[in-house]
Amino acid sequence: MTIQQAISPLGPGYDGVPGEEKRFRDVFRDTLRAEMQRDPDVFLMGEDISGGFDKDTKEPLDAWGGPFAATKGLVQEFGPERIRDTPISEAGFVGAAIGAALTGLRPVVDLMYFDFVTVAYDQLLSNAAKSRYMFGGQTRVPLTLFARSGAGTGHAAQHSESFYSMLAHIPGLKVVVPSDPYSVKGLLAAAIRDDDPVFLVNDKKLINLTGFVPDEDYIIELGKGRYTRRGDDVTLVGMSYTSIACQQAAEILAADGIEAEVIDMMSLSPFDEDILLESVMKTNRVVIVDEDTPRASMASEFAAVIADKAFDYLDAPVKRVTAPHSPVPYNKGLETAFMPQPEDIVGTVRNMLARG
Amino acid sequence: MDISKEKLEWLYTTMYRIRRFEETMLEQTFKGNAMGVTHPSDGQEAPPTGICAHLTDKDWIGSTHRGHGHCIAKGLETDKMMAEIMGRATGQCGGKGGSMHIADFSKGMLGANAVVGASIPLAVGAALTAKYKGIENESIGVSFFGDGASSQGVLHESMNLASVWKLPVVFACENNGYAEATPAWYAVSTDDIASRAEGYGMPGVVVDGMDVFAVYDAAGEAIARARAGEGPTFLELKTYRFHGHFHADTPLNYRTEEEEEYFRERDPLKSFEKRVTEQKLMTAKKLKGIRDAIEKEMVDAVEFALNSPMPDAEALYSDVYVSYSNPIPGLR
Repeated sequence: MTIQQAISPLGPGYDGVPGEEKRFRDVFRDTLRAEMQRDPDVFLMGEDISGGFDKDTKEPLDAWGGPFAATKGLVQEFGPERIRDTPISEAGFVGAAIGAALTGLRPVVDLMYFDFVTVAYDQLLSNAAKSRYMFGGQTRVPLTLFARSGAGTGHAAQHSESFYSMLAHIPGLKVVVPSDPYSVKGLLAAAIRDDDPVFLVNDKKLINLTGFVPDEDYIIELGKGRYTRRGDDVTLVGMSYTSIACQQAAEILAADGIEAEVIDMMSLSPFDEDILLESVMKTNRVVIVDEDTPRASMASEFAAVIADKAFDYLDAPVKRVTAPHSPVPYNKGLETAFMPQPEDIVGTVRNMLARG
Repeated sequence: MDISKEKLEWLYTTMYRIRRFEETMLEQTFKGNAMGVTHPSDGQEAPPTGICAHLTDKDWIGSTHRGHGHCIAKGLETDKMMAEIMGRATGQCGGKGGSMHIADFSKGMLGANAVVGASIPLAVGAALTAKYKGIENESIGVSFFGDGASSQGVLHESMNLASVWKLPVVFACENNGYAEATPAWYAVSTDDIASRAEGYGMPGVVVDGMDVFAVYDAAGEAIARARAGEGPTFLELKTYRFHGHFHADTPLNYRTEEEEEYFRERDPLKSFEKRVTEQKLMTAKKLKGIRDAIEKEMVDAVEFALNSPMPDAEALYSDVYVSYSNPIPGLR
């Protein structure tokens, strides 16, 4: 199943609000541009975010415009000091971005593929996340990072990871996962304006999706989830692209008269415990859907919180639909099987309801 | 000698303050008053002193697990440092950082850092801020690290970045001959680490790190280059730690008495005293006056620290985030 249309931002306040259908990638770039216009201390660093220089004039060529052309055109507007191409040197330039954040700037780092987090992991963990605490609150680290995650595009084992939990595990770091054009606008703006280090994980499968985006300037509060569908029979919990898979599953279930409630978590650290508990206490059944591998995952964390705080409301065991405990395979069939599919979610819900 | 009387006094005061802070801190550690592991830098007073003599509070330094000397040379107060080492609420970081994480952002001190090499790109980032804001002439980044960190990839990435972006950085490699117990002759592929600078397109200078005047002169040139927008310089300061790697280390298990004696004879404080009195730049009385004032400062620092309160229990959760509306306590 393919989907061309992402989730529409549900309800509160957005009926009749001026806006239009936009592509995820365009919203991403427009939001970066707006934040750079808004604050001269915001600048962008990364590999090939403009891409290429004229040998004689030393002027940037914007040959790539960033991975997936995410930042195309920005260098013409802001120049190479603010759209700063880096050597392939993740630990070095992430460390330099942290140093810049500690001394008064608001760097935004494009890490290209999410898998490359591990190359810069020490800088993120030991410096970005810990500086404020270990120095007794003297400083802040207003750093934003983003990178592309997710299987489904044939990028294989080292360009397809979704290991959100490796970041969410770090105290001092915040992690957000947009799932549509609406949420990427609000979450990216919130991340850049936040005074803590925030990592925005961007599933590659979202990049060409379209969806309704309000024209107005807005942010989505970090740590808040949202309902993208209301229902009474079962709660489906999604994050990043799995929110779309949950939405698709809910539509299939609705054809059978099963009304699923869908939560799009949007933030993984901090995360919205209240919305999880509120929904589970109403539906009494929950399926958590995560493209990350299952051990010590966000799915496991949500399951633990629900078991701890809503046990008496559950009519069935908490179920998780996740990737297997394996690297991401290349072969299309294997890769499809690796990812949680709407059919997997539907099957899990049917088994759960059949249990009584 | 082209150095002002005030600067001479500052050099001696700073080196003696570092020496006596480390000795006093060790005494307190052995009395059980420090709450954790400490890494003394006595013997290595010349590099931080000779370099920071050229810096102001607007310049930034990155430091290491052996960072007390860098802190003192950058102007941090020894009472708050001692209190930090004793884990007190009045400590430089409220007792939450300890010896290996002393920082003072108001003084341009980006923090001691206990992952070897991890602070190096931070100083590069501070220099990037200066370049971005067009204030290189008044704000540069100096990265202190050791021979051990010279084997870390992030140093090489940082040198490349600083060079290709022509940033105002001084890489200050304090080569004390040992990474914990592992000798540099075993672990480092070259006799002079400074020789690697050439590969990154920057000057590399080998400096006698036991002689504060040699450090002062070399650092002056490197820092002038940075402030003039001419890019980074690599200084290798050959030095020696008089104590072991950490407070309870027994260095004679991996180095010889002869070697220790050789370096003790080149004690940077003794050679300073000899030189300034022989050249009649400072009197023995003046030197003693400085030492006496420092002795009192150390007594006061210990007293301040010992009489300071412990952090409140709430400090466990504070400052994890700037904004953290819903702290997660440990589960019970």
